[in-house]
Amino acid sequence: MQELDTAGLGSVRVTRQSDTVVILEKDLATEQMVLAMGPQHPSTHGVLKLECLTDGEVITQAEPYLGYLHRCFEKCCENVDYPAVVPYTDRLDYLAGMNSEFSYAITVEKLLDIEIPRRVEFIRVIVAELNRIASHLVAIGTYGIDLGAFTPFLFCFRDREIILGLLEWASGARMLYNYIWVGGLAYDVPTDFLKRVKEFVTYFRPKARELSELLTENEIFVKRTLGIGIMPADVAINYGWSGPMLRGSGVKWDLRRNDPYSIYPELDFKVPVPDGKLSVIGDCLSRHLVRAWEMDESLKIIEQCIDKMPSAEGFNPRSAIPKRIRPKAGEVYGRAENPRGELGFYIESDGKSTKPLRCKARSSCFVNLSAMKDLSKGQLIPDLVAIIGSIDIVLGEVDR
Amino acid sequence: MEEGKNISQSLQESAAAYSIIHEKFGSAISDFDANETMPFFEVVDTSLWTEIALFMREHPKLQFNYMACLTGVDYPAEEKLGIICNFESLALLNHKLAVKVKCARNGGSIPSVACVWHTANWHEREAYDMFGMLFTGHPELKRILCPDDWEGYPLRKDYKVQDQYHGIKVPY
Repeated sequence: MQELDTAGLGSVRVTRQSDTVVILEKDLATEQMVLAMGPQHPSTHGVLKLECLTDGEVITQAEPYLGYLHRCFEKCCENVDYPAVVPYTDRLDYLAGMNSEFSYAITVEKLLDIEIPRRVEFIRVIVAELNRIASHLVAIGTYGIDLGAFTPFLFCFRDREIILGLLEWASGARMLYNYIWVGGLAYDVPTDFLKRVKEFVTYFRPKARELSELLTENEIFVKRTLGIGIMPADVAINYGWSGPMLRGSGVKWDLRRNDPYSIYPELDFKVPVPDGKLSVIGDCLSRHLVRAWEMDESLKIIEQCIDKMPSAEGFNPRSAIPKRIRPKAGEVYGRAENPRGELGFYIESDGKSTKPLRCKARSSCFVNLSAMKDLSKGQLIPDLVAIIGSIDIVLGEVDR
Repeated sequence: MEEGKNISQSLQESAAAYSIIHEKFGSAISDFDANETMPFFEVVDTSLWTEIALFMREHPKLQFNYMACLTGVDYPAEEKLGIICNFESLALLNHKLAVKVKCARNGGSIPSVACVWHTANWHEREAYDMFGMLFTGHPELKRILCPDDWEGYPLRKDYKVQDQYHGIKVPY
């Protein structure tokens, strides 16, 4: 077949006659069209508006508009005591409330001079990792739905329900826990809780494999995600990406390893990064794979915690909680590895008040989403859906 | 005990990074505040901020390639607004340092570093949205979380919420 040089002709309409290509029309004017995706659109995972400038099927520019869920988190924090901020942090990333509380608690504890009981640390890690699995299940399930796979979603939510049941048993709430407090925990875990968690781990291992057979090895799913929305590692770092997004670009960076907190240094787990065999490093499939692999690592962490956990004898989860939380004057930036990346808190205390002078939440989704403009340039509209899904945003955390 | 040792080591690394910047920029930056929780320095000559930022990113012994956070702050007592940036050399040198930049409370401006770190783009928009300091050289400085026609800057300490927004009563 003869190749035709159409450079400088603008858009052309061609027809093929046996072996040659004949130009029927040239300089066809294409009209750019503005396509508003959202705020009410299932694939934007909440209330996010994307204003896309499209040239046919191709997106020339996509501009995200946010703030539909803005609830003045930071202003609220300045008006309540330190412990009262904890329930607000649940409402940041409502799919991973435990992790948000964990991040806030360790940040404030840096300004306080208290020693956390060892059992508290273990329970914190167990519930946080359980919540991480639940959050990744939502991410993977809804990502499947975005790309037209319905069954994995049902499987994910079936298993997530068990985790939510366990966390409800421990804390009393399904999603907005208020369980990890500054300096301790609200309650000790119920009797038999660890036994049930162990049962869940045994139950979930084969289910996770089944899930990956359904999605990761699914031809259609792979075709929709392989090589789409590639983000090179250095650009990802420059954009401030963190969590599975950054690891999807091949950077082995996990705060649980690289800036360790709590008891993570004692635990044995891997930081999975794509090696380029199953996916193109930095594409949507890589990010999905990292999440799928991370669930396995979380299971490992939970198992180890259960084995190493100190006994409940004479244990009071509130023993280290100060009567009045009044941190020393100073500033601190603390962070933890959330399912979606680095959730950081900047807290400034004047040393006199029981309320923070300034409390800023550095949201991982907010930062990850900021790359959307560059990531979507030149992509097809259906691929845009794949890209947003792979970023795995929770608008509660983006808008705060 | 071991943890305390770790912290002071990271503090030493931050101090070493600071001394490199101080050597180059001298009195344009303040003394090093060596606290354990968040070691920082302040940029005195704010007009040099973008240059300092680029130096911090590019110098082979600094390589602050990752801006973890940018926080806007209001200092009503000093009549100033400011930003606090937390930097880190991610996966390279692994040291951390925080930088403070301040400007006048009314109509003050800070040079933008969105050209140095892409991530600063949205962070600066958020700081502008909440505090009202301007970022000179920012590619598209507009509100991000509040609506475009919102009045006032919500995170200032003396902020009073507007009565009406498009005919809707705001304080409830």
